[in-house]
Amino acid sequence: MATVVEPERQKAAQPTYHEITRDIAATLGRPSRAYFMLLAFVLVVLAFGVFALLWQIRWGLGVAGYTPPVLWGVYITTFVFWVGIAHSGTLISAILYLFRSAWRTSVYRTAEAMTVFAVLTAGLFPLIHVGRIWYAYWLFPYPNQRQLWVNFKSPLLWDVFAVSTYLTVSTLFLIVGLVPDVAAVREKATGWRRKLYEVTSLGWRGTDQQWRHYTRAYLYLAALATPLVLSVHSVVSWDFAMAIVPGWHATIFAPYFVAGAIYSGVALVVTLLVPLRKVFKMERYITVEHFDNLAKLLLLTGMIVAYAYVVEYFMAWYSGNPFERDSFFNRAFGDYWWATWTMITCNGFLPFLLFFRKIRRSIPALFVLSLFVNLGMWFERFVIIVVSLSHEYDPYAMGHYTPSWVEWGILAGSFAWFFLWFLLFAKNFPMVSITEVKEIIPMPRRGRRGS
Amino acid sequence: MSGHPGGILAAYQYVDSAAEAIRRLKSQGYDDLIVYTPVPNAEIAQAVGHKVSSVRLWTLIGGLLGCASGFALTLWMSYDWPLVVGGKPVGSLIPYVIIAFELMILFGAGATILGLLFNSWRTRQRGAYDGRFSDDQIGIFVPCPVERRPAVEEMLRNSGAVEVRVEM
Repeated sequence: MATVVEPERQKAAQPTYHEITRDIAATLGRPSRAYFMLLAFVLVVLAFGVFALLWQIRWGLGVAGYTPPVLWGVYITTFVFWVGIAHSGTLISAILYLFRSAWRTSVYRTAEAMTVFAVLTAGLFPLIHVGRIWYAYWLFPYPNQRQLWVNFKSPLLWDVFAVSTYLTVSTLFLIVGLVPDVAAVREKATGWRRKLYEVTSLGWRGTDQQWRHYTRAYLYLAALATPLVLSVHSVVSWDFAMAIVPGWHATIFAPYFVAGAIYSGVALVVTLLVPLRKVFKMERYITVEHFDNLAKLLLLTGMIVAYAYVVEYFMAWYSGNPFERDSFFNRAFGDYWWATWTMITCNGFLPFLLFFRKIRRSIPALFVLSLFVNLGMWFERFVIIVVSLSHEYDPYAMGHYTPSWVEWGILAGSFAWFFLWFLLFAKNFPMVSITEVKEIIPMPRRGRRGS
Repeated sequence: MSGHPGGILAAYQYVDSAAEAIRRLKSQGYDDLIVYTPVPNAEIAQAVGHKVSSVRLWTLIGGLLGCASGFALTLWMSYDWPLVVGGKPVGSLIPYVIIAFELMILFGAGATILGLLFNSWRTRQRGAYDGRFSDDQIGIFVPCPVERRPAVEEMLRNSGAVEVRVEM
């Protein structure tokens, strides 16, 4: 159970409602010098990413390292990576909400904000990948002079609908969750922040009628977001599984991708929470118990991913399909062996360290592990996409792809874009849910202090 | 002008005291009272006695509409320009399930938000408010004419309010 609700032992340490508002509102004060320096660094990296993108727009997709037959490279790899990152946010905010899991309350806002910004980042990559960004609206069915419509039988179009829906619904979910919190900090804010919170709290006062509709709406949004999160990465996996490329055409892809997505997302939640907890002095609200629970989620999803790796190789051998066998042999021992072994080490072996309670409860160890998991998960997508495409059926048509500086620049820029949003959000809106942290503490009753 | 009807505003520290006060007020016919809480609370909700919110109906209608739109959109567009792709039927229901599913979620979520906004607006309550009610106290505002205020004030004080004040 969660820290703040864990019985007797910690009861004395339980914060009161007023302390919760005060402590979380304190994170929204004037940013420190270090914050501005971090923001400046992020902006410099983002500027480099934008420069790389403009370079590509000026000179065309030829500046990317695409070499036939590999015409999906770093951009699609990074797209899948960021969509995957998004998934744990919805898992923690919606699925664990439906399971009435109390420990989620301290960490879900960070995860949910991460979801929105990760999808916002992911959404850029199909546009960057198609080259002519100014024709991006062709992806959507729109009335046009030639009465041509999009091909609804293509998984790429399912993706357009899935990712757009995911971005919209996760943004709505984040905003709805924020409203009562913004109202709570509104009362303490001054100057332009007060104006901002007055507008964004949408007139919230916590009346009986408002709570009556709000609690229902939140429940239904969670109920809708739950199947959505499972569908989105399934649809992303079908971008590959629907094609007859050896290494892609497998029924295991949907659950394999969903587990991998949650695995990488939880890892990034850990990566973000560790410094956030320290900087915002949130040790009282985000405790070792929370990290332990996140580590258990990492362990579970990591084991599913490791199982999927084993099944993939087993099926390649057991199917008797020579192309499939060759594709997987190439993964492990071909040109890209280093990428495959990075993926297997980070995702297949390292999560098993989490069986040790000491590691689950060591914040520095978890932080380092989370970095390796995300490195491994990026490489997983690289291996699936690039390595499979580089080694299909006909040896004459096989090829080698090396990403160019433009692709690395845009990849770095995507991280800067994500962190820019995250940093701006963290300093202007509560990163720990005031309302939900209060909710798991019983309201005080007459005759005893209660909270 | 304060922009709200006059009445009595009381602040409570304890949830059971507030719930008891609400029950007593309701038994005396004060049905239009407003209760402010920093978090949703089942005891308070039970004392106020509202019916389940109709937001669920909005979610259901939005979801069904989204699902129907998904099939309508894909089938109509397919037959509007019949192009055989990969030897599949022009209108292939199975792949269209995915579009219908995503639109069901999208419309369902959108309708839920609209339902929340509409219902909150329709049942909006105008009354005095204090910032402490978003922090750690429970507030009860009882709109009442001047002649009944002393009795209400006394009742609220007796039920454990930490502060009671008259709002003009």
